[in-house]
Amino acid sequence: MSRPRRVNGHSIRVDLKWIAEMIEADSRVLDVGCGDGMLLDYLYHTRNVDGRGIELSMAGVSNAVSHGLSVIQGDADTDLKDYPTGAFDYVILSQTLQAMREPRRVLDHMLRIGRRGVVSFPNFGHWTIRVGLALRGRMPVTRTLANHWYDTPNIHLCTIKDFVALCDELGITIEKGLSLDGEGRLQAFDGRGALANLLGAQALFLLSRPGR
Amino acid sequence: MNESLRAHRPAASMPGHVVELGPEPPLRLDCGVDLGPFRIAYQTYGRLNDERSNAILVCHALTGDQYVADPHPVTGKPGWWSEIVGPGRVLDTERYFLICANVLGGCMGSTGPVDIDPATGRPWGLSFPVITIGDMVRAQARLLDHLGIEQLFCVLGGSMGGFQVLEWAASYPERVFSAVPIAAAARHSAQNIAFNEVGRQAILNDPDWCGGQYWAEGKKPHRGLAVARMAAHITYLSEAALHRKFGRNLQDRPTFTYGFDAEFQVESYLRHQGSTFVDRFDANSYLYITRAMDYFDLATAHGGVLANAFKGTPVRFCVISFSSDWLFPTQESRAIVHALNAVAANVSFVEVVSDKGHDAFLLDEPEFHATLNGFLEGAAEHRGLPRRGEQ
Repeated sequence: MSRPRRVNGHSIRVDLKWIAEMIEADSRVLDVGCGDGMLLDYLYHTRNVDGRGIELSMAGVSNAVSHGLSVIQGDADTDLKDYPTGAFDYVILSQTLQAMREPRRVLDHMLRIGRRGVVSFPNFGHWTIRVGLALRGRMPVTRTLANHWYDTPNIHLCTIKDFVALCDELGITIEKGLSLDGEGRLQAFDGRGALANLLGAQALFLLSRPGR
Repeated sequence: MNESLRAHRPAASMPGHVVELGPEPPLRLDCGVDLGPFRIAYQTYGRLNDERSNAILVCHALTGDQYVADPHPVTGKPGWWSEIVGPGRVLDTERYFLICANVLGGCMGSTGPVDIDPATGRPWGLSFPVITIGDMVRAQARLLDHLGIEQLFCVLGGSMGGFQVLEWAASYPERVFSAVPIAAAARHSAQNIAFNEVGRQAILNDPDWCGGQYWAEGKKPHRGLAVARMAAHITYLSEAALHRKFGRNLQDRPTFTYGFDAEFQVESYLRHQGSTFVDRFDANSYLYITRAMDYFDLATAHGGVLANAFKGTPVRFCVISFSSDWLFPTQESRAIVHALNAVAANVSFVEVVSDKGHDAFLLDEPEFHATLNGFLEGAAEHRGLPRRGEQ
């Protein structure tokens, strides 16, 4: 047993790399739904980030902790309320928000606990999903939404347009919006707009709340 | 000398180190008594580095002792954590300096009710002052002062050892770099106090207990202490583990004998656990240490809010529980984690899936060992200790 498997963190999912780009060096980060801690490990080794994680799956937590990461087994829907206000510079929800029972409350907590929030999610407005649903009449199974309707953890899927509208409603400022393709590559257009909503497979937002 | 008096061993006859601390200053106990001088018996493994930054304090459980990785001086059995202590193991004696001290009130060389009260020349018995987990930890802190160790790299332990770990982190946050409470809780539950009381009543009602002065009478409350151990031992296991080990199998007989011998294997096993325990443990120590556990409640000691015990803590925590542990169930560990989250402490938390019950922390549980190893490796990196193989 030796630490860690990705010492220099050079191999990392492309979409996670774009998240990392949004994080300032030496900051304090809480990764909600951190899986086996890949992003935290990468942030620690490339940006000297003081990172913590919450993960629901026991296998993920066990893997992360046994690689030296500070991760707890817990449920973001119930456990975020314990954290004090302003405890972190960033709270990250990477492909997690759509699996929450109460995404609005999670967003509220996110921007209470952290000065900024980073959210990534699969865009349900992507044209292949629209076309597939319209022509085939079946729920989508794509690269970013790999599960069938009956075994998906994603219970609150949304489009980019939906998410932007929710941020408006909650008084959340979108500081940055990126649109990624199915491979996690950056697309050239504004991640908040109609093009992104049609052509982006995943969306990535940097959020803050005025007055914080 | 009869057999029971021979069992009353002076500390000097125990292998390992013994240090007399105090009398100045004495140890101010929670009950208000000043104790001093007092003795602490301890074992060490590995070597303290020049920076004195690689010390790990291992805290033992209720019936454990300082022989973490040595053969037990009475039973000859391997040390209770010898699986994970040694060169190249999780608690790597080539990298870390391990210390384990017999708790205050214990019967393996540290000052306890088995000792002679200097005021009377007779064993303390029940005139020994009642001690708490806090007292045990303050005594350990005095031992560290004696050893010249300002800060521990890690303090870890399971069950009552976990109580001490939490007490250390709460009372001496600046002296603890990392802390691992295992299969523990921030307070002793009503159910656990109840089980302890059953054990104590078994001892107190044994005629050979003699009001706690059994040594003077040349007796020993074997039966009461054995029953206490039997009852407690059930709480350390799980239904699944008992079933796997024994089921309803009969003991050395093809069919029922319609009597009250140890008919079932599980009965025979418990009787064996009880009878071997009395050879190595003192009944009065059992009373005192179970009482210390009952008193433990970290939240109450900090204004009723557990998080207050850890406000601003610099300690890195790793909380570990076991899924089938019903003596210190996962929800108790989760309460600790919630309190640590509330002060934004650096905490890891893993519930290890195991069907071995509370005792899992003493057994071969690869996921537990991998978790502990990973946490220590990460902490060592942050503490600036050399990597494995680099020292």
